[in-house]
Amino acid sequence: MRTSGIEKYFGRNHVLRGIDLEVRRREAVMVIGRSGSGKTTLLRCINFLEEPTSGWVEVDGLRVEADPLHARSRRHREQIRQIRLRAGMLFQEFNLFPHMSVVQNLIEAPTRVRGLPRDAALELAERYLEKVGLLDKRNEYPARLSGGQKQRAAIARALCMEPKVLLFDEPTSALDPELIGEVLNVMEDLAHEGVTMIVVTHEMHFAREAADRVVFMEDGVILEQGPPEQVLNDPHREETRNFLRRFLQT
Amino acid sequence: MAVGELSEKRPTRYEIEDVEAADRRSRWRFRILFAVVWLGLIIGLAVGLALTGRIDPAFILEVGPFILDGTPTTLLICFSSILLACVLATLGALGRLSGNPVLNAIASFYVSLLRGTPLVVQILFWYLALPQFGVVLDALPAGIGALAFNYGAYMTEIFRAGVEAVPRGQQEAARALGMRESEVMRRIVFPQALRIVTPAIGNEFIAMIKDSALVYLLGVREVLWRADVMGTRFFRSTETLLIAAVVYWILTIVLSFFQERLERRMARGDR
Repeated sequence: MRTSGIEKYFGRNHVLRGIDLEVRRREAVMVIGRSGSGKTTLLRCINFLEEPTSGWVEVDGLRVEADPLHARSRRHREQIRQIRLRAGMLFQEFNLFPHMSVVQNLIEAPTRVRGLPRDAALELAERYLEKVGLLDKRNEYPARLSGGQKQRAAIARALCMEPKVLLFDEPTSALDPELIGEVLNVMEDLAHEGVTMIVVTHEMHFAREAADRVVFMEDGVILEQGPPEQVLNDPHREETRNFLRRFLQT
Repeated sequence: MAVGELSEKRPTRYEIEDVEAADRRSRWRFRILFAVVWLGLIIGLAVGLALTGRIDPAFILEVGPFILDGTPTTLLICFSSILLACVLATLGALGRLSGNPVLNAIASFYVSLLRGTPLVVQILFWYLALPQFGVVLDALPAGIGALAFNYGAYMTEIFRAGVEAVPRGQQEAARALGMRESEVMRRIVFPQALRIVTPAIGNEFIAMIKDSALVYLLGVREVLWRADVMGTRFFRSTETLLIAAVVYWILTIVLSFFQERLERRMARGDR
């Protein structure tokens, strides 16, 4: 997966100032940085939930140019859809569909979007529910799940689309502290199994354990990246050091 | 049991069971007093009316059945109007949510025109003015049409607000799964919006029962028309209007009851 020269303006506000990021197959990349540094926007630009102002995104051989002036054209929208099929997204607020049971949440997109027969989709759903440890909750409605269970179900839902890369947008920020661990465990397992992922996170300990590479962002640019030990223990940049120091204090 | 252990370890001044029983007692006292006051007010009202000497019970029994016979017509008007209004409101809401300026303007115009003019004027217009343009409708369809178009305008805004109340993240999650815009709307947004607006539709329906009385102006033989006819014929409008009022009142009470149950069931559902 690659991005090149991603720029994003919100009105006149320059949020991303040219992001080049390459993620190799089976790599787990953690993006850290202050809030407002553009981490989340970058993630949302990769699957075009925000249309970048310029630059391009390439996932698994499909390259889509930012095209804010023609964002509504049919061709562009179809291309974006193809990118989204390759890049699954997890949200801070889980966003399970409350009117569907867990298993319905999981098979909705595979049957409608990928055109899988129901049986095959159910089989897939059960496999991934088992992986995230929620097989016994398959018929529950999201309202009856804890936050951690919801996020694990959302991960299973994304996996059911068998994407090439998973994008995690602060997946544990809305969770009570005692529920964070179960979600991070699932993510760590996925990382070790070689699922390609980009994770925006504030969990430094998790980044250290599960990341192949840590990316530090500030003011809409990537300031520093490298192996977790290097970036987290011995950062080259003053800004990274400041961020980590302030972060560990609080 | 956890409660028992707690009370053993930390003795309180009262047993927990006693506190619970006291709670239950005070809830029941509230309910009983509430019902007694209601009953008292109803009896008081009835007695008060009887004491005026203007009410003739025999007359009520005589014309009562004739007026009550209008209930099915009243309900027919309400049910058909609300159904048609739901269809119109769905179209209207789609227009109001549409990025297409033509559709959006048409929907907005519809809402503005029908909310901006009196319902009575609209009802009379359907029956008395439309024939001038070659559209001749019987009283019943004219009344249903007028009510439906009027309520459709109000409900357009309700439906639109319902769709907008579905959290933004729901659409984003659906899109991120690769769903097309039409699928996002049909499968994710609308089902949730429907749950959000159901209580409001119930309120509209209850309001409709009362507003449906206006079509008596067109000579539709519903409850109020029958009360008016009898009242004028025997110069006893007090009794006939009372009967009509009681019929509408009971209808709304019954419907509120069902609406409350429906709402409770939906709240128990999944949010």
